[in-house]
Amino acid sequence: MLRILKQSLRTGIVTEAAPLVDDAELERIGVVLRRRIGERFGRSLAIRQVDAGSCNGCELEIHALNNPYYDVERFGVHFVASPRHADALLVTGPVSRHMETALRRTWRATPSPKLVIAAGTCACTGGEFGVSYASCGAVENVIPVDVRIPGCPPTPLDLLKGLLGAIRARTGAAG
Amino acid sequence: MSRFDWLSEYLARLEDDHVLVRRGSAEALAPAHLLELDAEDWSRASRVACTFDTRFVAIWGDPREGHVQVYACLERERDYLVLSTAVSLGQPVLASLTPCYAGADRMERHLQDLLGIAVLDHPDSRRWTRHQAWPDDAFPLRPDFPAAGRSPKRTAADLDYRFQRILGSGVYEIPVGPVHAGIIEPGHFRFQAVGEEVLRLEERLGYVHKGIEKIAVGRDPAGLARLAGRVSGDSTVAHAWAACMAMERAAGCETPPRALHLRALMCERERVANHLGDIGAICNDVAFSFAHVQCARLREQWQRRSRELFGHRLMMDAVVPGGLACDLPAGAAELLDADHLALLGTLDALFDVVEDHPSLDDRLLGTGRLSQADAKALGCTGYVGKASGQGFDVRRDNPYAPYDGLDVRVPVQTAGDVAARVRVRMEEVRESLNLMDRLLAVLPSGPVAVPLPEPSVGAVGIGFVDGWRGEILSFVRFAEDGRIARFFPRDPSWLTWPALERLIHGNIVPDFPVCNKSVNASYSGHDL
Repeated sequence: MLRILKQSLRTGIVTEAAPLVDDAELERIGVVLRRRIGERFGRSLAIRQVDAGSCNGCELEIHALNNPYYDVERFGVHFVASPRHADALLVTGPVSRHMETALRRTWRATPSPKLVIAAGTCACTGGEFGVSYASCGAVENVIPVDVRIPGCPPTPLDLLKGLLGAIRARTGAAG
Repeated sequence: MSRFDWLSEYLARLEDDHVLVRRGSAEALAPAHLLELDAEDWSRASRVACTFDTRFVAIWGDPREGHVQVYACLERERDYLVLSTAVSLGQPVLASLTPCYAGADRMERHLQDLLGIAVLDHPDSRRWTRHQAWPDDAFPLRPDFPAAGRSPKRTAADLDYRFQRILGSGVYEIPVGPVHAGIIEPGHFRFQAVGEEVLRLEERLGYVHKGIEKIAVGRDPAGLARLAGRVSGDSTVAHAWAACMAMERAAGCETPPRALHLRALMCERERVANHLGDIGAICNDVAFSFAHVQCARLREQWQRRSRELFGHRLMMDAVVPGGLACDLPAGAAELLDADHLALLGTLDALFDVVEDHPSLDDRLLGTGRLSQADAKALGCTGYVGKASGQGFDVRRDNPYAPYDGLDVRVPVQTAGDVAARVRVRMEEVRESLNLMDRLLAVLPSGPVAVPLPEPSVGAVGIGFVDGWRGEILSFVRFAEDGRIARFFPRDPSWLTWPALERLIHGNIVPDFPVCNKSVNASYSGHDL
């Protein structure tokens, strides 16, 4: 126990300040509000992450959001285990044809109003894999997408900015 | 001991068995020794190889005019042997290696699904990589199959795969996936359980099949390196290196020594980053969040440094054909030396806790035990193999530059449980730090890239790299104009996924996450 306390105290707090997200930034990361829904999420966002065919690079960086440097839960963002508990789907990868139905069903299982965030270049455009016999390409080819966060993979900071932007846009508090 | 002293004995045994070797070559697929056989001798040749206690590495097919050239790679006493045969498309059948080599099972079914070669006497006739995206009479890797596919309509769910069931009083089934509860890749697990005890686990993978082998066809070398770097994102350096190694061998490229040293440096950085993340995640799966948070912190610092010095947090696209995309910035070596020293100090304190903590011992010792016999039968490499007595490491045993000048220490454990896999990973982190210091100390000067010479039509090459998960094989054949005709990457996960099915047996269902994490096989690297 003493060893643990010593290590924890020596390390201190490494969590960094929240990144600034201004309107121009919001514009840049391409937050698109497809449907105006009055309902608010009370500034918190429950996210169900769905890997629809990624190379797992995006997952590594999404995991990093939970490390003590970014500590994404302090912004009210938390990852949930079921789409039925989620406000938003965070989808990575080109959608492989073998995941096409699973992704559609996950989207249907998510209660409305819901937000779909395409994370990573593959999810935004199909990326290196594109459309083929095995890949449907971009997520929007399968389900409607509200927010796009490009990058191969997007850095945790890119993801954080995209998520914060999504919450702002959704709660009508942008600007 | 001279290299390959068992080859002549093997050839003599083949002759005794009336197996005709059409061609033997030490150069064509160097460092492996290539033997070309007739298809009807395939079974006999592999049975004889099996009696030589060879380890199965991979089997793959390469579609040519009117036939498919099938290759099977084996290893014994540090030497690679590749058996090859032409299978006519008029009669696309070949004897199965699975009765001799358990690890060949899914790779042969993959060959069957993608190239339409019926594998005879295979103990499991079910499809593997194919779900519902293409019909059973179409074979995506055949040249006449368009990369865009033939049916643009929606792909149905894969409902009629026949899982094996256990019937009996109190036996129940738990289906899990493909969409899992955590931030993890998709796949399906089917448990048969009684109470909390797992009687059987069956994996169903292929959900992230993205057609990597097909969309590689026609790419230029730089395009293939980018694709190889996305076979499995967490092994981007190792896969890109293996593919570039294969291309460089096929094209006769002399890669500059500085580039090779820096590739090794990045590969070891990748190993450290992944082991740190996984050691923390394993601890987290048994509710020891202290180690998880500390490891995540160290991993983040590590990745930030990678971005600063190598241009990318995961070092993606840093390895290119002929060398590296860019050199280290000035002063990098001093920064890295200081990093390594600081990390070693922190890890001494942290690993001291992980190695000796009652609540971790209670959950990890004896959990998810993979027997040495199972690890050997499947041909597991990497930390899964090393924790179960299988010490093969390409860096030490079939060394490629720059590892040929370094003495790589390989940790081997025999317990085969989750705790042993954690110990192997901790040792590997320490050894990687040691190797990186030595690489930096002898870092050659000079260029970091040369242009890849134009490869001749039909040139083939093979690359073996020890990634953080274990041995990676990469096969490349060139067509005209330096374009890729065939790319096959064999991630070590092909052989550790079946190990997970075996090691979970008799454990309780709630221990599955920690067992799975301790193996951490790649879905993407396997599904291709």
